[in-house]
Amino acid sequence: MELLLQQIMAGLATGGIYACFALAVVMIYQAIDHFNFAQGEMAMFSTYIAWQLMAWGLSFWLAFGLTFVFSLAMGAFLYLVVLKPVQNASALSQIVAFIALMCIFNSLAGTIWDYSVKPFPSPFPETAFFGALVTGHDLGMIAVTLIMLAGVFYFFKFSTLGLAMRAAAQNPESAQLCGVRVQMMTALGWALAAAIGSVAGMMVAYKVFLEPNMMYSIILYGFAAAIVGGLDSPAGAVAGGFLLGVVENLTGVYVPGGSELKLTFALLLIVVVLMFKPTGLFGHRVVKRV
Amino acid sequence: MAFLRVKGLDAWYGKTQVLFGCDIALDQGGVIAVLGANGAGKTTLLRALSGMVRRQGDVILDGAAADQLSPEAVVRLGVAHVPEGRGTFARLTVEENLRLAAIIRKDTAGVRRDFARVYEYFPRLHERRSQQAGTLSGGEQQMLAIGRALMLAPKLMLLDEPSFGLAPQIRRDIFLILKDISRSSNVSMLVVEQNAALALDLASHAYLLETGRIVLSGTTDSFLADDTVRRTYLGY
Repeated sequence: MELLLQQIMAGLATGGIYACFALAVVMIYQAIDHFNFAQGEMAMFSTYIAWQLMAWGLSFWLAFGLTFVFSLAMGAFLYLVVLKPVQNASALSQIVAFIALMCIFNSLAGTIWDYSVKPFPSPFPETAFFGALVTGHDLGMIAVTLIMLAGVFYFFKFSTLGLAMRAAAQNPESAQLCGVRVQMMTALGWALAAAIGSVAGMMVAYKVFLEPNMMYSIILYGFAAAIVGGLDSPAGAVAGGFLLGVVENLTGVYVPGGSELKLTFALLLIVVVLMFKPTGLFGHRVVKRV
Repeated sequence: MAFLRVKGLDAWYGKTQVLFGCDIALDQGGVIAVLGANGAGKTTLLRALSGMVRRQGDVILDGAAADQLSPEAVVRLGVAHVPEGRGTFARLTVEENLRLAAIIRKDTAGVRRDFARVYEYFPRLHERRSQQAGTLSGGEQQMLAIGRALMLAPKLMLLDEPSFGLAPQIRRDIFLILKDISRSSNVSMLVVEQNAALALDLASHAYLLETGRIVLSGTTDSFLADDTVRRTYLGY
């Protein structure tokens, strides 16, 4: 029983990572009605910026703040320069642009900072809980995720800007006719998604270490968590992230040979959820009349 | 002094020119109807006025030149365009749809008043205010589209086929409400319609559009008296 509890806590700790990214995925999905496959690499690049700032002697939180601002600008810039020109192209062309962006960031980081694995500091105390399975960093990361969740939830649910952004993504033409500056909303969506991703990256790097490929598996889990929870629900995505973390961890411990099958079980969870609830656990069903 | 004055308006869809030298005048608080067959350029005319297609010519709106403005800027001059297809935000609730249309306004009290007014005109929208707008019926979505236009506190409403695809009873209700809006709030209206009888009943002046050119204009009475118009567009 104690082992189970410990493993659940450890699962929640990993889940916090996925939840962080799932939140960024939901953000961009609400803003552009698409996935952004370069999201993980953008976050990785931002994390390198934070690392560089700290290497120059800045404190963690100062570097954190500056990286956040840098990422906002980077997101808006990428939209205006790279993606705006292709936004009326077919979905497939856009996906190609996303993948190109992903490769560019990956090589760029490798070129600037080389491919060696670098340690990344944690701003949280080293204390360990639950038989050393959960660290102070894990709890801090979960707290940061929940704070961001509260912010994103408030933004979309109650703020006028959030409403305008959802409208711009759903029906750009009609949004224009309501006076919404659609381009600006999309740029803002990119900026916020990049910034949330950068926070996720800075929280995760302590656990997985900093290197250009650090996001490959994490972003996969992030997408999975967002799909499990519901792409239009920030809270659902975060819940999906935690759920995925716990399921993955328990499989590793209780299923014979499970540690090899972690990823399989996590993805199986998506299939099962989508079979019974195609909109994700917390997603809203979109009903359209024809 | 006309509220909207259009002179020599050309407009294009991509590379194809759709409108050729259209002249239109609309007084403050007046209602005009634009009639025409499918493909005559009625929708393009509205889209040209609100800046959604490439156009050339003079458009004077409330004394300001509007022929170079973006749609977002035209809205800010007080133009509410109720588009073809109704422009519903399917995944927003009914109330969020209405709230969205008021985001450019600063007068909180006025917004609250307009919410009450929209719900008074369309009690059905009030009943369904927390429902996703995509679940509404066609008639309700048309009500919502007009409601959104009212939330903009417009000086001019551009209505693109408000009767399209609606049951006769709902069609009549909607036109009665439009009539009431035009009378009670001094809003100018430009109505584009296939259903000429409804449109001529609402408007005081009318224009006939044929393959992108205005071929006839005058009071609605003169339209009703015109044999060709009557036979072609009214069917009697």
